[in-house]
Amino acid sequence: PAPIPEPEAPVQVAEAAPASEGILVSAAHADEASAGLRFGLGREALPEEIAAWNVDVSPDGTGLPDGSGDAIDGEPLFEENCAVCHGSFAEGVDNWPKLAGGDGTLADEDPLKTVGSYWPYLSTVFDYVHRSMPFGNAQSLSADETYAIVAYILYSNDMIDDDFVLSRDSWTEVEMGNADGFIIDDRAETEYAQWRTEPCMENCKETVEITMRATVLDVTPDEEGAEEAPAEMDHSPAVATAAPVEEAAAEPAAEAPVAAAAAPAALDAELVAAGEKVFKKCKACHQVGDGAKNKTGPQLNAIVGRAIGGVDGFKYSSAMAEHGGVWDEAALAAFLAKPKDYIKGTKMAFAGLRKDDDITAVIEYLKSTAP
Amino acid sequence: GPDPLITEVQEWASGLGDGVDATPYGLPIKFEDDVVRRNVPWLTADPISSINFTPIHALDGTITPQGCAFERHHSGAIELSKADYRLMINGLVDKPLVFTYEDLERFPRENHVYFCECAANTGMEWAGAQLNGAQFTHGMIHNMEYSGVPLRTLLAEAGLDAAGDFKDKWVYVEGADASSNGRSIPMEKAMDDVFVAFKANGEALRKEHGYPVRLVVPGWEGNMWVKWLRRIEVMDGPVESREETSKYTDTLADGTSRKWTWVMDAKSVVTSPSPQSPIKHGHGPLVITGLAWSGHGKITRVDVSKDGGKTWETARLAAEGEDKALTRFYLDTTWNGEEMLLQSRAIDETGYVQPTKAQLREVRGLNSVYHNNCIQTWHVKTNGEAENVEVS
Repeated sequence: PAPIPEPEAPVQVAEAAPASEGILVSAAHADEASAGLRFGLGREALPEEIAAWNVDVSPDGTGLPDGSGDAIDGEPLFEENCAVCHGSFAEGVDNWPKLAGGDGTLADEDPLKTVGSYWPYLSTVFDYVHRSMPFGNAQSLSADETYAIVAYILYSNDMIDDDFVLSRDSWTEVEMGNADGFIIDDRAETEYAQWRTEPCMENCKETVEITMRATVLDVTPDEEGAEEAPAEMDHSPAVATAAPVEEAAAEPAAEAPVAAAAAPAALDAELVAAGEKVFKKCKACHQVGDGAKNKTGPQLNAIVGRAIGGVDGFKYSSAMAEHGGVWDEAALAAFLAKPKDYIKGTKMAFAGLRKDDDITAVIEYLKSTAP
Repeated sequence: GPDPLITEVQEWASGLGDGVDATPYGLPIKFEDDVVRRNVPWLTADPISSINFTPIHALDGTITPQGCAFERHHSGAIELSKADYRLMINGLVDKPLVFTYEDLERFPRENHVYFCECAANTGMEWAGAQLNGAQFTHGMIHNMEYSGVPLRTLLAEAGLDAAGDFKDKWVYVEGADASSNGRSIPMEKAMDDVFVAFKANGEALRKEHGYPVRLVVPGWEGNMWVKWLRRIEVMDGPVESREETSKYTDTLADGTSRKWTWVMDAKSVVTSPSPQSPIKHGHGPLVITGLAWSGHGKITRVDVSKDGGKTWETARLAAEGEDKALTRFYLDTTWNGEEMLLQSRAIDETGYVQPTKAQLREVRGLNSVYHNNCIQTWHVKTNGEAENVEVS
């Protein structure tokens, strides 16, 4: 092996300085170096590029696209795109956000903050739905669809009639219930002056009693991170309203039987097509087909005949992981009708398919996608 | 008798260890595998849009390694390569611009250490002592050395003559992920110390912290530190996005809510001893340590109480407080098995003294959710175990 070379003697380098427009600048702060200077970096943004990204909508309606929609159009769109998490009536599923209700609760012990009870600006609803929803399939809604879904959310909050056509023109007719419910940060006046005092060091209080203990509630995850959700959450969590989601690294269920090798029965093409439509409800969480990956839910390739809780690398609820058995058509049908009844403790948030026809169809579709 | 670890030749003292090619990018040794981020599964509906917590109870010093710095995503941590990265500046600028990652690296660069704290840190404790560990009560915080470009440099490159008077102007910043997590920042702050970072603690940002580029908004709530930063728009008003209206607003007892509560007030916590870091040694010397920080500037002093706030003594700062960065404090003391109600109290350069939970509740009620910077109490028992408690 070659000997490790001695490091070269350090070379005296002139004070490093960014050169700009021929001027040498020496400064401790980059800002001083760049003050008033342009570096000629970047390129001009093209109008099409700005149009593609500059989609934010301001409270006065600036940025709203052309289009319109009402709650009648919005209902099926909401059912298809939003109801899996937010419920058919925007009432929320598990602890996914509730979008309707809560009027007059903001001063209560547990305020319910929804579009109707809390959101001060209509623009925010359009902006967020159009840009960031549905969860897992953002930016897929057209302007008309977004207007219709927003109208359905407003209708669910009794804020507009079902035939009220929401558009840029009717925008200002909608009154938000909590529009006047906000004040700008007043901590400087209400808190800082009070607390910028010389702190007490001795004899600051007569007695000290323990008034509450965290271990009584017992909602802290153990070191492995697995913990049952608290039965009742009196102390509402801060980050978001919450559904129990088990993080336990579940062992794959027993033996994963290989999908039945018997020749598959011929599929009903019409039923497969109908099932593909129904599957849109599932797509936010589940992938199927070539290259399907685990997302919020496990990938569903060859689900019919697959072991229950059997996909490697997916963190199932312990209920699902320990269930055992195989997803035959009967089990899938029962699960899809009422997931939480069939496997108590599943973390699948979906409430279930109400129509038997939809269940039959979606199972047929899932059979058709087996790679 | 003699310690066999000393008197007997150990395997590691006679055999060989790993070669230099064993771990091209190293991970902590297996004995430290409990020092990890943890989440609280019941907090959120889905781990894709959720938060986890820095193991502050097990760290020392002030710099948070990226691998255990808390994460908050609104639609998951995305993979965005440098080659696919674009940053747009548009709106009230002289010339709307698009930068590549390489462009950003050609501007004069700065390094700064800042803390990033989620506005919801300690938010679960408003109604009472709930989570039993400093990681869970105070772990929505990290502190890193960032390398990047001041935002004002980039804005100047696009030209701000079109913006006119900065006084009533805002910048709207958004990310490239599906949530976009857009936030509005007043121009005064944007031109002050906000910067666009692409390295943390010397290495590229981790995916979960916004690789390749994130915004750093010193002293202000973490939600504004937009990750995967893709667009900056100069505007004549705030967008009032979801994240600054329906979330990150603080509801008071009468039902009205504060908005634009950006600054993180002075705060501290004893990280050890604490519920996840009990006293395991016997009586005698004990190091009490913790972290203090303020979004208003430097920490100038931290006091510690062992009796639930009856008496206080001033702790030793490991180093002089730095602007909007974590400060480590130590109280080198003696413990002889007595029960303690351990508290710490931060004071910053503006004279702000960290309040008690009772003081905060008196002004805000119980439903503020965000910005709970109250004094924390750990009940250390005679056996050295500690518990999160609330005291009168």
